[in-house]
Amino acid sequence: MTIDSDAVRHLSEASVSVELQTEDMTLNIGPQHPSTHGVLRLVARVDGERCFDVHPVIGYMHRGYEKLSEVRTYPQITTIVNRIDWVSGYANEIPFITAAEKLMGLEVPERAQYIRLILTEMARIASHLIFNASYPLELGAATPLFFALRERERVLDLLESVTGGRFHPNFNRIGGVKPAYASGSTTRKLLQDLPAGFFAETRVAMDKVLEAVDELDALVADNEIIVARTKGVGVLPPEVAVAYGVSGPNLRASGVAFDLRKTEDYLPYDRFDFDVITGENGDCWDRWHVRLLEIKESVKIIRQAIDTIPSGDLQAKVPKVIKVPKGETYVRAENPKGEMGYYLVSDGGQGPYRLKIRSASFSNISILPWILEGILVPDIIAVMGSLDFVLGDVDR
Amino acid sequence: MPSWVTDLFSNFWVSLTGKLLLVALLIPLVGMVIGFAEMKLSAKMQYRVGPYFAGGRWGWAQLIADGVKFFQKEDIIPTDADRPVFKTAPMLVLVGTVALFVVIPFGPNLIFRDLDVAVFYALAISSLSTIGILMAGWSSANKYSLIGGLRAAGQLIAYELPLVLAVVGAVILAGTMSLQGIVQAQIEAGYPYIVLQVIGFGVFMVAALAELSRIPFDMPIAESELVMGYLTEYSGFRFLFFFLAEFANMFTLSAIAATLFLGGYWLPGVPDDVLEFAGPIILIAKTFLLVFAMIWFRWTFPRFREDQLQRIAWVWLVPLAIFNIIATALLKVIL
Amino acid sequence: MTANGYKRPYPGGGMVKGLVITITTMFKTIFRPNKYLATINYPKVKETLVPRARGVIALDQEACTVCMLCARSCPDWCIYIEGHKEEIPPDKPGGRIKVRSKLDRFDIDYALCMYCGICVEVCPFDALFWSPEYEYSESKMGDMLHDMDRLQDWLQTVPDPPALEK
Repeated sequence: MTIDSDAVRHLSEASVSVELQTEDMTLNIGPQHPSTHGVLRLVARVDGERCFDVHPVIGYMHRGYEKLSEVRTYPQITTIVNRIDWVSGYANEIPFITAAEKLMGLEVPERAQYIRLILTEMARIASHLIFNASYPLELGAATPLFFALRERERVLDLLESVTGGRFHPNFNRIGGVKPAYASGSTTRKLLQDLPAGFFAETRVAMDKVLEAVDELDALVADNEIIVARTKGVGVLPPEVAVAYGVSGPNLRASGVAFDLRKTEDYLPYDRFDFDVITGENGDCWDRWHVRLLEIKESVKIIRQAIDTIPSGDLQAKVPKVIKVPKGETYVRAENPKGEMGYYLVSDGGQGPYRLKIRSASFSNISILPWILEGILVPDIIAVMGSLDFVLGDVDR
Repeated sequence: MPSWVTDLFSNFWVSLTGKLLLVALLIPLVGMVIGFAEMKLSAKMQYRVGPYFAGGRWGWAQLIADGVKFFQKEDIIPTDADRPVFKTAPMLVLVGTVALFVVIPFGPNLIFRDLDVAVFYALAISSLSTIGILMAGWSSANKYSLIGGLRAAGQLIAYELPLVLAVVGAVILAGTMSLQGIVQAQIEAGYPYIVLQVIGFGVFMVAALAELSRIPFDMPIAESELVMGYLTEYSGFRFLFFFLAEFANMFTLSAIAATLFLGGYWLPGVPDDVLEFAGPIILIAKTFLLVFAMIWFRWTFPRFREDQLQRIAWVWLVPLAIFNIIATALLKVIL
Repeated sequence: MTANGYKRPYPGGGMVKGLVITITTMFKTIFRPNKYLATINYPKVKETLVPRARGVIALDQEACTVCMLCARSCPDWCIYIEGHKEEIPPDKPGGRIKVRSKLDRFDIDYALCMYCGICVEVCPFDALFWSPEYEYSESKMGDMLHDMDRLQDWLQTVPDPPALEK
């Protein structure tokens, strides 16, 4: 029997077209979600478990810091600025105050600089401990969180004993740190220096923090499941990281040894001996491990600072009503999340004319569309968590 | 026992009703006790105290309070949800658990129904919950629930196979599928089957963890990613069904593992008449050991990704279980 | 210094290490709660904060001269002050009439207050103090406005300033 080639071709085409037509699904990893560190919205197009296109939508937490700063004086701005990255409260105030002091040409006394450095490193320990503990929580392990928070309480108690606030210290004044309980007072001067027992308690707290770091290391870093979930996931090559403006531990985990504490002079870091931690592959595991080791370096710095702190004034001589002279300057600092900078434009008044805040997390999450392309849905959470951003920092 | 009681219960319908009532009472009780144990033990693993306020110093009334709370909540069903399917799903999941309870031997004469194909029945009935979970995921009109339900379907079907194959080794050694018969065979042999069936026990426990959707095989629920997965839209007493079903299922699967591998209600050296009333206590003690191991694993490990999960099932567990069967069969024939 | 210096002792070793840590924590917390428990049973046991903690602001009415510096420098504008001038007759006849300001209303709205401390700091007459009290939650928003007398009552809870280091 002869075969009708047209009919055969028709049959073969008919069998091909019986395939199911599937569509991509648009999944809204919405503003309210347990793992987005705040109110970040990711509009993801997924096909089964693989995601093709991720579009982050930010702005749900915009509080208008730059506009608020236009109508407030310098001491008032210090009180609101530490709410930008609320996990490490003290570190946000430092570059702002340093910018104002640079414009005024002030020389900050040594003891004030050392106290600022100690408190900044404590804020760094607090921020990194929270990250190192909540990242396994996003992957499913609930226990490391409690181990780390226990030791973080000691660090926060130390911050509270010096400044009065755990997350929002408000301890910086132009020219140094807050010198007196009521500095405007005409009848008594209560010096607000470090309280008695601070050094002893700090040494105990640092020992306990190192113990917690070792526990976290044993519980999480070697765990085969964590390694399977995070090694090789979300690899960020160093050129891409530099091109997108990523900074902080994310950049260092990709292999670029860039730490603003070594290159800038806003605080006397050059007197202390510490290493810049880098990673090898730039994947999620490296980003986690780099921050864990940075806690150890911060502990080293704090111990050295406590041993060598000089005595002296807490604040330089400044007039009662501070007017910063005209000019503009940009000061950048190594925040726990990355590079934070303040561009201060002053017109000679009691408050700034314009304050532009360059926050670390805003640039860090700009790589999300690049890094999340073609990735599995559970890995979206793993990668997002490893970038360690806070929405207050992104939206300001 | 007074004679009128034994005469009453010899009537089939009376004893049937009695057994049904007993099972209906035991399941929530077991669920609450294990739930409370999980809360307290997980707290102790995290330097915390756990519930301590409800009911005095120990907080033992915490889960009773939780049950009452769930009962009095509003019954919310999403507008776009498929109503009959949405309402039936929790019932199916609970039925899968309750039916398992029926074949566990608590003592030499204490069993709800001694079936000759008890093992076969147990494994078949426990797959009813898979259908229930898929129904729950599909009928809530929610993309997250859908993803969770589909992940659950894939995971539960994949892990059915190691669960079944791991049991075959013990069945071969005992020569019978009745659970009461397997315990009797272990009593006659003088040692619990875990001595010869270490691989089978390991595969069964891992597969049981996956069947329960517990961490590390938690992808269907995946709290930090999918906000409770297929359970997202359930609230009130429908959620209570799922909640209780999970804890009761922990108990029943561990009881089956204890019966098959650890010797059930028997301890070496205990005479038969003591086993009449000490049997349940021994079985419950062994079950709680396994339940403790499940709780311990849950709070230590993170969760696997879906493809890693499937790889473990198909590449590791199924070949191990098949190797176990072949080795056991050879052992039985040779020795 | 690179971060990838981990090595597992044997396959599965990482998981076993994790299991060991969890179970030792459990036994430590069950048998030595005094040393290892991280939580306190609030509200049966209450925590005392450090003396400098910023809990609530207390007012000394006698010292206040209604200079309005605190209300002006508050970033949230949550202090409401009203006062009037009183004339005090002279000590001896023919002397100067002294004019003194008297406080009518001094309210701090703790629903707005952000606990920054600028008001306490700028007060020239030591009328405002920090106190580490923290249990003043209310069920109505209106009750979060503390008036003059309530602020005076907080004065009893103000601790002595802590001793300084070295």
